[in-house]
Amino acid sequence: MPLLYRVARQNEVPIRFMLNGRPCEGRRGDTLLSAILTVEEQLRPSDFTQEPRAGFCQMSACQDCWVTLQNGDRVRACSTPLADGMHVMTGAGETA
Amino acid sequence: MSAAAKNPAQPLIVGAGPAGIRAAATLVAAGLRPIVVDEAPACGGQIYRQPLVPDGRDARARYGSEAPKAKRLHGEFAALQDKLDYLPNSLVWNLADGIADVAMNGAHKRLVHDGLILATGAMDRILPVPGWTLPGVFSLGGSQIALKAQGCVIGSRVVFVGTGPLLYLVAWQYLKAGVKVVAVLDAAPFSARVAMVKALPGFPAIVLRGARFVAEMMMKGVAFHYGINKLRFEGTHRVEGVSFEVRGKPRHLSCDGAGFGLGLKSEAQLADLAGCRFAFNERDRVFLPETDEARRSSVPGVYLAGDGSGIAGADAAELSGERAALSLLDDRGLAVDRARVGLLERELRKIFAFRTVLEQSFPFPAHWIADLPGNTTVCRCEEIDVSTIRDAADHFGIVEMNRLKAVSRVGMGRCQGRVCGAAAAELLAAATGQPISAVGRLRGQAPVKPLPMSFAELALPAIGEAAE
Repeated sequence: MPLLYRVARQNEVPIRFMLNGRPCEGRRGDTLLSAILTVEEQLRPSDFTQEPRAGFCQMSACQDCWVTLQNGDRVRACSTPLADGMHVMTGAGETA
Repeated sequence: MSAAAKNPAQPLIVGAGPAGIRAAATLVAAGLRPIVVDEAPACGGQIYRQPLVPDGRDARARYGSEAPKAKRLHGEFAALQDKLDYLPNSLVWNLADGIADVAMNGAHKRLVHDGLILATGAMDRILPVPGWTLPGVFSLGGSQIALKAQGCVIGSRVVFVGTGPLLYLVAWQYLKAGVKVVAVLDAAPFSARVAMVKALPGFPAIVLRGARFVAEMMMKGVAFHYGINKLRFEGTHRVEGVSFEVRGKPRHLSCDGAGFGLGLKSEAQLADLAGCRFAFNERDRVFLPETDEARRSSVPGVYLAGDGSGIAGADAAELSGERAALSLLDDRGLAVDRARVGLLERELRKIFAFRTVLEQSFPFPAHWIADLPGNTTVCRCEEIDVSTIRDAADHFGIVEMNRLKAVSRVGMGRCQGRVCGAAAAELLAAATGQPISAVGRLRGQAPVKPLPMSFAELALPAIGEAAE
């Protein structure tokens, strides 16, 4: 079940990306946070207890939405625009 | 001879929200060419934030009653583009005397400036409660940004909880967007709202708009509860409900999304790095960088505008942005319209008085601290809970925030205590029986936000360049 629902841009150009190895589709104009949370319900496990997290402030302040790109770069999902062909790893499901 | 000596350095404005835009326009009108650095890809700040692409909604749908102001500011800033140097997608991560270190598109730039206007804005003020880290619980500001900038909503059955005008505005905006708003839960007792009567003569439109939001939501079946206690977000992998007490009676509501915030808090880390003196603000229960009515900080050449130096809202941000810019001009020996200065300061005083009434109407629930279970996460980054803070105070005799950070790691994570600092201060004050003003504040540290490692590789040549 996704965490976010779209009320605009439903018919915007689809942007394909990979989420934990799975093909997914966002929309042109999405942040990575919106693209991921309209298909999934978490962004990352927390650093120490692996609790699910999905961001909080959506304004680049709380630093709770960091995800990893395939090239190893770590980015803040709420302030990173979705781009075609991105491979995103959230670490979700990798830890017990 | 340095480049700076050949060409007098430009003034630097940090932030392109209402305060930064107004400051920039004022400097440009006086013939200066400011540099404007902003983290966002487009101007407007959080309040007038723009979508990444047009999404078919007009300004009215996006900004409601504030649409004319948003359009005016966006248009005004666009018209200034060839008269200033605008660095979007850029973070000022360090400040020192006359120098700003900027991360832009993965590269480093060291800016030399003459005159610094900090318009760094605000974020939601938070007290941790059980379950607040669950997916689906977003800050009120975050809930609003999802809707206005991304056209996304945080659930299909949403509860809004906290206090402050934003609580009612965001709930109403979600209702208008077609979302089922289950309830609005206000930490403040209904009796506190009586204070709003005092604001009616000066700000009738704002007071009546708030009343209209509540009336419309009640007609659509939104439940309202006031003076709630023992708030808890529930769920295993995501938020599934919210529990609370009203007049001692336990209540539970199910939901699949929750917006949470207790007013706003200034983003003051850069003022700290700039060396500005801070003072405790009783009303907001927080240390703020000191500023006089002319928006001068304690550091010559550093000016403070907008919510980053005390919460006063977007209209005040425009006024204080202009006032700060006029002080910068004045200090450069340039002509300043004294009548305009008087007008700006009078208008600001009126709004500040109104903010005091708002704070009385939506008081911060500091009493929640006593009820918090020990295993409640306070610091989201380092996952430090309530009992760790209470124990640190107890076992090590800690009475001050930076010692608490050193011992417990609270506020040491990626956000640098931006989110949890105020709550940790409340906890430490309660645990040690001190007033909140006595526990101090977390010192700001560069970089104010995390920087990518790839950025460090590019940093060296840029530093050499600046040293020429």
